[in-house]
Amino acid sequence: MTSPAPTGNGHTNGQTNGQTGWNAMLARVGFIELDARARAAALLDDGTARELCGPFDRIESPWLEPQDVVPASDDGVVVVRGRLDGRPAVVIAIEQAFQGGGIGEVSGVKIAASLSLAARDTREGAPTVAVLLLETGGVRLQEANLGLATVAEVCSALLELRALQPVVGVIAGSMGCFGGMSIAAGLCSTLIMTREGRLGLNGPQVIESEAGVAEFDASDPTLIWAIDGGAQRTGTGLADVLVLDDVAAVRSAVIEAAGRGAPGEHRSRRLRESRTRLDAVDPADPPEPADLAAVWARAVPAEGDRR
Amino acid sequence: MSRGRNWTRALADGDVTAVVPSVVTGDVTLGADTGRLVAVVPDPHSPYPRARRGEVGLREGLALAETVTEALTEDAHLPDGHRRPIIAVVDLPSQAYGRLEELLGIHHALAAAVDAYASARFAGHPVITLIVGTALSGGLLAHGMQANQILALDDPGVVIHAMHKKAAAKVTLRTVDELDELARRIPPLSYDVNDWARLGLCDGLLNVENADDPTERDTRAVKGELAAAVERARRGPRDLGNRLNSPGARQTRTASRRVREALADQWR
Amino acid sequence: MQTLNFEFPADRPAARRAHVGVVGSGDLEVLMTPQTTGTARVRVRTSVDGFDTVWRIVLERFFARHRVAGAFELNDSGATPGVVTLRLRQAIEEGRS
Repeated sequence: MTSPAPTGNGHTNGQTNGQTGWNAMLARVGFIELDARARAAALLDDGTARELCGPFDRIESPWLEPQDVVPASDDGVVVVRGRLDGRPAVVIAIEQAFQGGGIGEVSGVKIAASLSLAARDTREGAPTVAVLLLETGGVRLQEANLGLATVAEVCSALLELRALQPVVGVIAGSMGCFGGMSIAAGLCSTLIMTREGRLGLNGPQVIESEAGVAEFDASDPTLIWAIDGGAQRTGTGLADVLVLDDVAAVRSAVIEAAGRGAPGEHRSRRLRESRTRLDAVDPADPPEPADLAAVWARAVPAEGDRR
Repeated sequence: MSRGRNWTRALADGDVTAVVPSVVTGDVTLGADTGRLVAVVPDPHSPYPRARRGEVGLREGLALAETVTEALTEDAHLPDGHRRPIIAVVDLPSQAYGRLEELLGIHHALAAAVDAYASARFAGHPVITLIVGTALSGGLLAHGMQANQILALDDPGVVIHAMHKKAAAKVTLRTVDELDELARRIPPLSYDVNDWARLGLCDGLLNVENADDPTERDTRAVKGELAAAVERARRGPRDLGNRLNSPGARQTRTASRRVREALADQWR
Repeated sequence: MQTLNFEFPADRPAARRAHVGVVGSGDLEVLMTPQTTGTARVRVRTSVDGFDTVWRIVLERFFARHRVAGAFELNDSGATPGVVTLRLRQAIEEGRS
C-alpha cells in the first residue's frame, strides 16, 4: 500500500511502513484511546462536525431497562455529519465501552439509516462518503433478534451506498470488530486497520466455548493476533491499509480512501479470487498464520494495484 | 434428517443438484416464474470439520455467493421485472465456529454471500427466504436475512435467533430459566417463532402438516405462499424498508421508526 | 439496576447544556440541561444496586460546593465516587461558556 500524501493541514503521515520518522512518532496522538465521539470529531475537518440523534435526543434502547441494564442516551452509536478534506461525509462511530459495542435496535438503525440517507443525497446530486468506526462484538444479545435484523439492514444500506460512494471502514482497536458486524467490515470499499485492531466473525472466547480449547485457546494472545490482528488481515488482503495508532495517520488514510472512489471490483465480489484462495489451502493441513500471505500470493498472482 | 434438504427436494421440479456437497440448488415453478432454490445442508464428510452439521462456513458462504451470482449474471439481460425469484431455504444451526475458519476469513465468505443476495434483490430478483428449521446467528445473516420477504413454518422446530440458548445465557450472565422468563416479556429475546413473527420481520407464518418431511399438500400450499411472496416482492421496495413499515414493526419497532424519522429530520 | 432521584438547592443556572462521559465499565455519562428552578434535580440510573447513601453523600457534597441549577441525568456503569465527581465537574465546566 502506498503512503497517503500529507493533507496539507498540519497532519503528519504516520504510516507503519518502516520509514516512520522519530518526529512523527513523538508527535503521535493516540486514536485508540479516544472514545467514539472524539474519534469521529478527530477525523472530520475542524469546525465541520455536527452530531445527529445525539445524547439530548435521548433515543435510548427500549429493551435494556426492562432487563435491568442501564441504557445510554445515544445507544452507543455516534453519528456525525461534516466534511472530510472538504468532501461531505458522515462518520458513524460505535462506542465500544457501552455494551461492548453491541448492536441493538436503536444503534443498528442509526447506522443503517445514516448510510441510506448518504445514498439518497448522493443520488440527488450531493455525493456523501461514509466512514464506519467499527469496534463491536456484534449483535447485542439483550436485543437478540432485533439486533440481528438491524445488522442485516446495515449490510443492505452499506451496499446501497457502496455502489455510489466509498464506504470506509476503520478498525482501530481495542475491542476489534466481531460477530455480524465483521460481515459489514467485509463489505467496506476500503478497510483500514491498526496493528491493535482485530477482525473476525467469531471471537476467540466464542469459539473456545462452542468448540473447545483445542480448537481455539482464547487465553493465547499470540494466536489471537496471528489470526485476527490488523497486520495479518492487511498482509493477507482481508483489509487494505495498515496505519499507526495516530490521529493524523488514521485521518489521512481515511481521506485517501474516501478520495480514491470505489474500487474497480469490491473484495466481496471478487469471487474467483476468493475461490482460488480457498482451494489453495488444504483444510487438513492448513498453513501457519504467518505463511498464509505467501500461500495466497502464490495462488493469486499479483495484479498490481487493483484500483 | 435435514429439513432443508427435504423441503428443497419436495419443492424442486426436478433433481436437486449440489454446488458443493453442503449447498444444494434446484428449480421450482411458481406460477409463471421458475425460481432458484438454494439451501445449506449437512455434509458429514466435509473437509471442514467445524461445518459438517449444516453450518455456514467458508465453503458454504462462497458457494452461496457463486450460485446466487450465477443466477444474477444469467438474468442480467432480462428486463428487471422478469428476473427469476431466488428462494433461500433455511435450516442451519449457525455459522461455523473454528480456528481455520477465522484464519481464512469466514467473515469474508459470509460477506460475499450477503453481497450476492442483496445485489440480486437490488437488481429486481425477488429474494424470498423460507425458514423450515433452525436459523441462527451469522448463518442466518449470510443465508436468509437479505430477502425481500421472509416466510417461516409455524412449527416448534423453527427457531430463529441471534445465538443458541445456552450460549446466549452464558454471555448475558443468566441462567437458561431466567432467559426464558425474560423472553416472555421481551419479544426480541424469545426463541418462539410466533414471537419472532411479531417483530415485523415475518411476511408469512405457514401452517403445515409435516415440517420435517412435507406432504404433497404442504408442498402445494407452500408453493402458493412462495408465489404470493414473489408478487409482493416485485411490488415492494428493493431495499429492506418494508421491514420497518410492516404491521408488526409498527407495533414492536417504534424505536427504529423514531430513529429513522429523527435522523432524516436532522440530516438536512 | 436502580433509579435514584435527588434534589439540591442551587442558585447558579448553567449557561448551556453539556454531555460528558460514556456508559462503560467504571464510568458514567452525564447530561446536564440548564433550568431556572433554583434547584439541581438529579436522576441517577446505576447498574449497581444498594448504594443510595453513597450517591446522596457524593451528590450533596458536590452541589453544596457548586450550586449549579439544572437537570442532571446520570447513566452509571459502576463509577467510583471520584469518577462521578470528575464527570460532574466536567459537565458544569463545559456548560459554563
